[in-house]
Amino acid sequence: MTSSEAAAVGLTHGGSEDTGLGNRGPQSKSIVVPYGFWLFVLSDMVLFSALFASYAALVHATDGGPVTGQLFDRTKVAVETVSLLLSSFVCGLAIIAAKRKNLFWTEFWLVVTGLLGLVFLVIELREFAGMIAIGAGPQRSAFLSAFFTLVGCHGAHVTAGLLWIGTMAAQIWTKGFQPHIGRRLLCLSVFWHALDIIWVAIFTIVYLIGTLP
Amino acid sequence: MFGRLTWDAIPFNQPIPLITSLVVLCAIGAVGAWITAKKYWPYLWNEWITSTDHKRIGIMYIVLALVMLVRGFADALMMRAQQTVAVGASQGYLPPEHYDQIFSAHGTIMIFFMAMPFIIGLTNFVVPLQLGVRDVAFPTMNNVSFWLTASGALLVNVSLFVGEFARTGWLAFPPLSEKAFSPGVGVDYYLVALQIAGVGTLLTGINFVTTILKIRAPGMSYMRMPIFCWTALASNLLIIAAFPVLTATFAMLMLDRYLGFHFFTNDGGGNSMLYMNLIWVWGHPEVYILILPAFGIYSEVAATFSGKPLFGYRSMVFATLAICVISFMVWLHHFFTMGAGADVNAVFGIASMIIAVPTGVKIFNWLFTMYGGRVRFTTPMYYLVGFMITFVIGGLTGVLLAIPPVDFIVHNSLFLVAHFHNVIIGGVVFGVMAGYTYWFPKAFGFTLDERLGKIIFWCWFIGFYLAWFPAYALGFMGGTRRLQHIADPSWQPYLDVEMVGTVIILAGIVLTIVQLLYSIKTREQRRDITGDPWDGRTLEWLTLSPPPHYNFAVLPDVHGEEAYWTRKQTAIKLDRLIDEPNYQPIEMPLNTPVGVICAFFASVCGFAVIWYIWWLAILGLIGAFAVFVWYAWRDEHEHVIPIEEVRKNARERRRIRQEHLQNLSQSI
Repeated sequence: MTSSEAAAVGLTHGGSEDTGLGNRGPQSKSIVVPYGFWLFVLSDMVLFSALFASYAALVHATDGGPVTGQLFDRTKVAVETVSLLLSSFVCGLAIIAAKRKNLFWTEFWLVVTGLLGLVFLVIELREFAGMIAIGAGPQRSAFLSAFFTLVGCHGAHVTAGLLWIGTMAAQIWTKGFQPHIGRRLLCLSVFWHALDIIWVAIFTIVYLIGTLP
Repeated sequence: MFGRLTWDAIPFNQPIPLITSLVVLCAIGAVGAWITAKKYWPYLWNEWITSTDHKRIGIMYIVLALVMLVRGFADALMMRAQQTVAVGASQGYLPPEHYDQIFSAHGTIMIFFMAMPFIIGLTNFVVPLQLGVRDVAFPTMNNVSFWLTASGALLVNVSLFVGEFARTGWLAFPPLSEKAFSPGVGVDYYLVALQIAGVGTLLTGINFVTTILKIRAPGMSYMRMPIFCWTALASNLLIIAAFPVLTATFAMLMLDRYLGFHFFTNDGGGNSMLYMNLIWVWGHPEVYILILPAFGIYSEVAATFSGKPLFGYRSMVFATLAICVISFMVWLHHFFTMGAGADVNAVFGIASMIIAVPTGVKIFNWLFTMYGGRVRFTTPMYYLVGFMITFVIGGLTGVLLAIPPVDFIVHNSLFLVAHFHNVIIGGVVFGVMAGYTYWFPKAFGFTLDERLGKIIFWCWFIGFYLAWFPAYALGFMGGTRRLQHIADPSWQPYLDVEMVGTVIILAGIVLTIVQLLYSIKTREQRRDITGDPWDGRTLEWLTLSPPPHYNFAVLPDVHGEEAYWTRKQTAIKLDRLIDEPNYQPIEMPLNTPVGVICAFFASVCGFAVIWYIWWLAILGLIGAFAVFVWYAWRDEHEHVIPIEEVRKNARERRRIRQEHLQNLSQSI
């Protein structure tokens, strides 16, 4: 038997035909890690979709308590939105700086990202505190339970993101730009952008529709 | 200081849980003492507990599943015994508050801690081998997943000894599960344990979807993947899409219970039917998460033992994916009686009937795989045939339940309970038992005893029919589920037959343990020398049994749809092995204690939340974050297996295979 015949039936190595799908063996970590993280982000979106569905089902179950139009302030939400979206843009700048392995600017933009996220969080917590102070806390009605859970879950994600940003900044500072740290930074930015997408949906479904005249 | 936890939590005045937990504690103590005496702890720690090897993790999952099978079955036995004796004037031996905990624990344990770990364990063990690769995409996360599942199982079992378990049924429907009606810790145990285990399952889903889509041997395109990998892919996609809904739903119920929210309460505008909808948006895909990999096991078994390629491989793939999608469109059939109206019920009824079509396609595929083949009736094959008969009956009763007017009559009756035991025992349990028998030699290097294996099959098969077919009749006679006391003495004969069936299943479970011990004792007679004991067709049979840590010295090159079968037949025809490759050193992930530490903090934190010990919960969270940071700072990720070791092992394998080839050639 000639070697080409042997190759055709798989008795040599490295001869498997290209099946046209790029399946030349396992993918590298730079593909696999972000891919897995994307799947996590998708699962997180599913979690939020359950919360959105509950909010939509319960938004009119106010039990005689306050309704959406009486509680939300478009201006405050606009400031929140701008700071969160801006922080995503800045996070993008941090990624560009990291690609150029520029330690100062990476750290600088990461800190700015975190600060903008903090501004968002503070405004949100003040909004929550204000609502609870006027007796519109989550125990008041099913609508408010759903509101606090949906928006609060996003806020909890932002808090987790801030912890992550802090850890990441410290790690880049101490360990420099290693490949696995670069992959983590990419995942962080995917996470941070995904929170924006969720926020845009919250902004629309909760606040914009909720303050329609 | 200790929140709600006082000495009253220990059931001193209830002999059954007290004695059971003392026996369990003694057993754990004895095992621990034996391990200490034999100095096995370092071995356990290094080779198993901290292992990132997908095969080891898979085996640990299956051990967990078998232990939980015993626990869940003990619950079943107690329920059956109660129903058999508590007829007419007699009240039986279990008071209602205890009986209610038992049926809740039975369902919870069997689904979350028996069926799920068994399926995930088999997936873990088999999928990377079948894909011809060395590990999953995220080996450390795999270890974490297992330990989180174990943490959930631990908490459910702790509830036996400290406090109580939920009395609400296995899905804890509100408003009964709300604080107003279930003020105790039972529902909290349920919620916290399943939240922790659910995170583990979600991570498994992410891990396996990434593995199957991104990490395969060269040349293994989608349409060359073994069917078990396809079903595992579908199952894990469902995990990613369904488990977050479970997490969100349980989180809402926890907010209701802990912070006085009003999602599902009777007051404050809450809506308990919202819970029904959400929980079944997870719950219906969940049954396909369990059954699809079982279908994959049957497919592998059918092809191997019929000596033929699987009939209609492509139609099987499409049927699997069709079920994957449609499983999200049928959830409302679990509560047609909600009153959504005729149109909505009709849509979901028809969708439920449609999902039977791809399942029917699969039945024909298995039948035609056997047709014209050289069928070898081994134990897994018995399970396949037993499954096909049983599952078709279960499927038919399912289609009956999908008709809304019929469902109104038998909703929450014993007919329904018989139906889902019919498909879960006849589908999932037969499937995992077939998989356990089929892949056991790959995991341990020797086969299980066939004679005992067949007896175990008959115990399950006959036991199932006796235990559950009377329940269909009782359902039509008006029997509702979860009865602690039977008022009508004329049901006694049916209940007696059910009891006999349950005892026969018990014999099967006892014999499973006997089979394991006997097979270990006589393992020298049943060694799998070649690594291919069943004349298999997929890549896991290419490597030795048990496989080396790295599975394959070089990743196999895949040609054609049945990677290993093609290569084997070519080697037989040409009477020579594949050329010796250039061996390379292999990088493998390091072991890690992060999973078990993580699960430790999860268990502590979970226990603290259940008992309102807030300082401990906060301490647990801080500990978990510290572990996360510590782990993120590690510098070593992988260790290298030197080329000499790889070459030595690979040459030994070639020598064995060369002998095997000569034997095969002579026999032809």
